[in-house]
Amino acid sequence: MTYLPAGLPAPVTETDRLDLPYWEGTRQGVLKVQRCGACNTWQWGPEWLCHHCRSWDMRWVAVEGRGRIWTWTRCWHPVHPALRNHGPYIAVLVELPHAGNVRMLGNLLGDPRQEVTIGAPVVAVFEPHDDTAAPYTLVQWRIERSAI
Amino acid sequence: MTSEMRSLRGKVAIVGIGETTYYKHGQSPEPEFKLALMAILAAAEDAGIDPRDIDSFASYSNDRNDPSRLAAALGTQELRLSNMQWGGGGGGGAAAVGNAAAAIVTGQADIVVVYRALAQGQFQRFGRAAAGGTVAGDNALINPYGIFVPAQRYALKFMRYMHEHGIGREAMRAIAMASYHHAQSNPRAVMHGRPLTEEMYDASRWIAEPYRLFDCCQENDGAAALILVAAERAKDFRHKPAYVLAVAQGSDHRNAARSFNAPDFASSSFGPVAPHLWEMAKLGPEDVDVLQSYENFTGGVLMSMVEHGFFEPEQANEFLTLDNLLVPAGKLPLNTSGGNLAECYMHGLELQIEAVRQIRGQSTAQVPDAHVGCVIAGPMVTPVSTMIVGSQETL
Repeated sequence: MTYLPAGLPAPVTETDRLDLPYWEGTRQGVLKVQRCGACNTWQWGPEWLCHHCRSWDMRWVAVEGRGRIWTWTRCWHPVHPALRNHGPYIAVLVELPHAGNVRMLGNLLGDPRQEVTIGAPVVAVFEPHDDTAAPYTLVQWRIERSAI
Repeated sequence: MTSEMRSLRGKVAIVGIGETTYYKHGQSPEPEFKLALMAILAAAEDAGIDPRDIDSFASYSNDRNDPSRLAAALGTQELRLSNMQWGGGGGGGAAAVGNAAAAIVTGQADIVVVYRALAQGQFQRFGRAAAGGTVAGDNALINPYGIFVPAQRYALKFMRYMHEHGIGREAMRAIAMASYHHAQSNPRAVMHGRPLTEEMYDASRWIAEPYRLFDCCQENDGAAALILVAAERAKDFRHKPAYVLAVAQGSDHRNAARSFNAPDFASSSFGPVAPHLWEMAKLGPEDVDVLQSYENFTGGVLMSMVEHGFFEPEQANEFLTLDNLLVPAGKLPLNTSGGNLAECYMHGLELQIEAVRQIRGQSTAQVPDAHVGCVIAGPMVTPVSTMIVGSQETL
């Protein structure tokens, strides 16, 4: 069971393979982002060089799947054919304080009509999509109850 | 410091404006290329020039109408500048004017048309995603979560901004209502005859929170064009010239960092751009008589106005009342033709045209004695752009 219905575009690795470690990681339940080997700057999304010191030594580091909601939207209007008659869904932009406050997008699991609070703690949930030609795993988020 | 030599101030004038009829998306009876030609001919007629004398073309937002084909179709005597501003959306509307003006000042062009044409029935709509397939790169980190279109992407920016600055819904509503109000006196406006009330706004459906239907621009078919010449020739044309006092383009630090990682993500992208505008214009926000500010979404207008210095974020709720935004007596009349929300979403080029009309004294919602007009092109994208036009008296 996935949060959004089947039929949305499937993510694939870029032809230049820049983001391959990220997508390989999610398949294994590991969340990876970039960190500079020269100056330790965290970087997300992936890029070939460090935006802080221009080093090419960008490394892929596993990070704990925890963060807090930095911003969000609840989408009502179905902009994609797969979302017709689906109803509202929530997208959250989550920042990872233990990884330089990099941000990543996901859906907020649970009731799509729930109240959403900026700053709320969330934990990552790996959502496999196995029934496609090229299986992939998305990183979703749910409210971390124990922290409240 | 921008030196006198490195300034556009007063060196170029807009002497012709032209538009086609504006249609709801998909309803143009004419194909897009023909719309472009019609707007260019209308602008030439307005300027009182032979369309074959237009030697240069400038556009933005990946406009599909290639200057070489336009020149062949128009019988252009000599093609000089063919210029395209990078970046999607309406962010390049003022930059296209700036690029054209720069070409004139540096001797690369004499008569430039800035144009934009859209026929979304013929091509894909902006507000709808294509079905199926795969996505890579930045979109792979976004689209699988159901985030595709500008309304959703820019909802994320403004939701955060509202949180940080305590912005109320009434401020957004006032922006929407100002556009609809002004459209009621503009027979060209697609929403002419369809006024918006507070109740209609409040009851309208959500698109992507915090945006309701009336916070979002229309999608339209049509075309618009402006003709620019060097200031020393400006009085040889049919109408009172509108002089370009300043143009600035760009965006803030690492604006396009993937996966919404721009450091100043909750912004309209004008932070470092607007100061260049005021410096070149030798004016400040307090000097602006009338403002055209691109409404992709009401929240973008609000952030654009803050970043241009019209008010502080904490003053937004107080400043953005309907009365303050209306012609003739408002503190800062906004989007006097109806703008993207209610006149036509011509990717903002209709806003440039309206700014010229205000300087000429020909608007259907005329600001008395308008000498300085500011036009802010599409916010929240990268790069963005912005410009100031002025009357002869401002030179």
